[in-house]
Amino acid sequence: MLHRFDVIVVGAGGAGLMAALYASRGAKTAVISKLYPTRSHTGAAQGGIGAALGNMEEDHPEWHIFDTIKGGDYLVDQDSAEILCTEAVSMVYDLEHMGLPFDRTPEGRIAQRPFGGHTNNATKQPVRRACHAADRTGHMILQTCYQQCIKNNVTFFDEFQVLDLLINAEGHCAGVVAAGRIWKITSNAYALTGDGCAVAYRRGIPLEDMEFYQFHPTGILNLGILLTEGVRGEGGVLVNGQGERFMPNYAPTVKDLASRDVVSRAIYREVQAGRGVDGKDYVLLDVRPDTVNKYFEADGVKNPDGSPRRITAEMIRQKLPDISDFCQTYLQLDPVKQPLPIQPTAHYAMGGIPTDNNGQVVIDSENTPIPGFYAAGECACVSVHGANRLGTNSLVDILVFGRRAGVAAALYAQSAAFPALPAQPEANAAAELERIRKGEGGESAGMIRKDMRQMMMDNVGVFRTEELLTGAIQKLAELRERWRRVTIMDKGARWNTELMETWELGCLIDLAYVTAVAALDRKESRGGHYREDYPERDDDNWLKHSLAFPLGDGGVRMSSKPVRLGRYTPAKRVY
Amino acid sequence: MNVKVKIRRFNPEKDRRPRWSEFRVDAQPTDRVLDVLQVIKENQDGTLTFRRSCAHGVCGSDAMVINGRNRLACKVLVKDVGRSIVIEPLRGLPVIKDLTVDMEPFWRQYKSIKPFLINEDDPPYMERLQSPEARARFDDTTKCILCAACTTSCPSFWADASYVGPAAIVQAHRWIFDDRDQGAQVRLAILADGNGVWKCRTIYNCTEACPRDIEITRAIREVTRAIVTGEVS
Repeated sequence: MLHRFDVIVVGAGGAGLMAALYASRGAKTAVISKLYPTRSHTGAAQGGIGAALGNMEEDHPEWHIFDTIKGGDYLVDQDSAEILCTEAVSMVYDLEHMGLPFDRTPEGRIAQRPFGGHTNNATKQPVRRACHAADRTGHMILQTCYQQCIKNNVTFFDEFQVLDLLINAEGHCAGVVAAGRIWKITSNAYALTGDGCAVAYRRGIPLEDMEFYQFHPTGILNLGILLTEGVRGEGGVLVNGQGERFMPNYAPTVKDLASRDVVSRAIYREVQAGRGVDGKDYVLLDVRPDTVNKYFEADGVKNPDGSPRRITAEMIRQKLPDISDFCQTYLQLDPVKQPLPIQPTAHYAMGGIPTDNNGQVVIDSENTPIPGFYAAGECACVSVHGANRLGTNSLVDILVFGRRAGVAAALYAQSAAFPALPAQPEANAAAELERIRKGEGGESAGMIRKDMRQMMMDNVGVFRTEELLTGAIQKLAELRERWRRVTIMDKGARWNTELMETWELGCLIDLAYVTAVAALDRKESRGGHYREDYPERDDDNWLKHSLAFPLGDGGVRMSSKPVRLGRYTPAKRVY
Repeated sequence: MNVKVKIRRFNPEKDRRPRWSEFRVDAQPTDRVLDVLQVIKENQDGTLTFRRSCAHGVCGSDAMVINGRNRLACKVLVKDVGRSIVIEPLRGLPVIKDLTVDMEPFWRQYKSIKPFLINEDDPPYMERLQSPEARARFDDTTKCILCAACTTSCPSFWADASYVGPAAIVQAHRWIFDDRDQGAQVRLAILADGNGVWKCRTIYNCTEACPRDIEITRAIREVTRAIVTGEVS
């Protein structure tokens, strides 16, 4: 069936909903989502959204801008970071005006907590910048955005999968055809399978900075379920198997609130040195009041009013209710009584579809735009996260650039004629699904998925080498061949989740392949990309974004484009 | 440990009536029931159909009936349900396929109570002020993830699908008791209708079913009291 809208938003996470909300004010807009909107993974964000409101202590958007650029190891486009951090403030007020139930200070203002890498630039100490609704900030953002879409009568196509992007003969984006998990230990939902990036990439659009993938330091052991950085924001500390708080050895000033790449590497270094718990591959996150207060006292941590900061078990339960619930449910541990076993968990792609500051997709080193195609959110790379994203900045990113992309898309739709659809627009996607449905090679998608996740953990994890990455590229090529020989059991037309999940697996393999190739290409260490064989940052040769272009044969051609620097000159990164 | 899993199946493309499938799975006691379903789907029967996404109890996709109770498959561990697990789709909503039910009636109920801020005043430049006490008044009902475990556990809803159901009342409560909202009387009028709160028989199934531990029956009672007294407090 053919539907005709001025603006089609693919995906109903925070970015998609915010884009739809703004686009619908000026254009006939529809949202296509593979999940019911409230199921989107924005809802899993916990700790807060960063905005320099200064409600609890001195803070300035300029400090947020610098922290973002430093956090991204200077690979951030500085004009984009400026937009991100200045518009963050009005965005948080907008959310409040839409009814988002932020926690409040005694004065009734929006409450804020410290988060990794967010600092008072004068004192270098952690600053309270993350605006929160308990530890379910993302849940409240997602619901608030969806509520506003309902209020404004946005059209939704729920539980439709987008399979292909239609680019016509003039190179204009004309529409879409609608009908994962890459690493073993991951905080990501089953539904996060990178389809948006993969669909665009397969149509020749490059992917930017794909070698940068963030491992969040504190995932629940083995399960990978996220325990927010807000736990450390409230005073929690990381402790090794010898009972020693180790972060001061790696980040003397902000300690446990260093940026995520730094903390994840520190955990692995402790494990490598045999200081994991019982010599194993994990450490402990300790948020017991006695422990927290001991370090508050030693570090001289103060409340906004200058009094010594202390916490109680009741405060922890009140500020981190969901974390307490997760720990009880999955670990049978009470975080105020027992330390929690944690390990780094694959969390967030800094890279994605390259866009300009209005979300318009740009397809080469000269930032040539593709008319009619916009991207925002985790699938996009503006780039505001550079080589490592700061905690809370993903929520800022999806909303600020979702809003900008929605406005820009509506303006474009008002000015442009309806582009012609290519002939037989659905043929490509339909043929691909038929091929999977009828496949008789006998390979199991489940086994391929399992092998890929283990291999990515081993070869394309926190520490990388040429040998590991070369092996990864070879194995991913094999996995892709196996994927082409998959046989599925469900041959039906009705609600065939096996078919869709197998198609999604193909997307994951494509993105994993690009990630490995880009990681092999970048011969330096920067942010989330750490090469044991090139352990230093190399600004002379590598202060540039990578662009990965698809070659017809399944290969990748690497190219690059300059970083837009500004008032902040790259400097050594110390926390 | 080896667990026996019995699942109620129905594919309207092929089946004239629902049937049962039985599987045996090696599982760890700390595995989630969702992990067990995933293992079955990947290794034994790819046609088994269910929804899932976040796998840790925040997205609300995988509510189903597990050993007779409405639960999220990702929030129940194998050790808590034993070696014999019986899984069925949520009751009271049409089955699309196996454990996947048609949620559209549920979303219509949700939308019927106007689930968005109603406040016609121009907002200030910065945030509206709200005291921590006023914020705490409706905290419990902000936790709702719209999984439908409550509504589909309610005998009143089973008996009459036109009942707006506990989840929609929870969502209404979240706004009625938010002092920034001005739509309380509109929502109370909707819920005072014959298909509103009066269909609640205080059976507490909803409260027991809620994976977020929301005190749903209490929320319904507070809304009912507001309807009766005309006052929101």
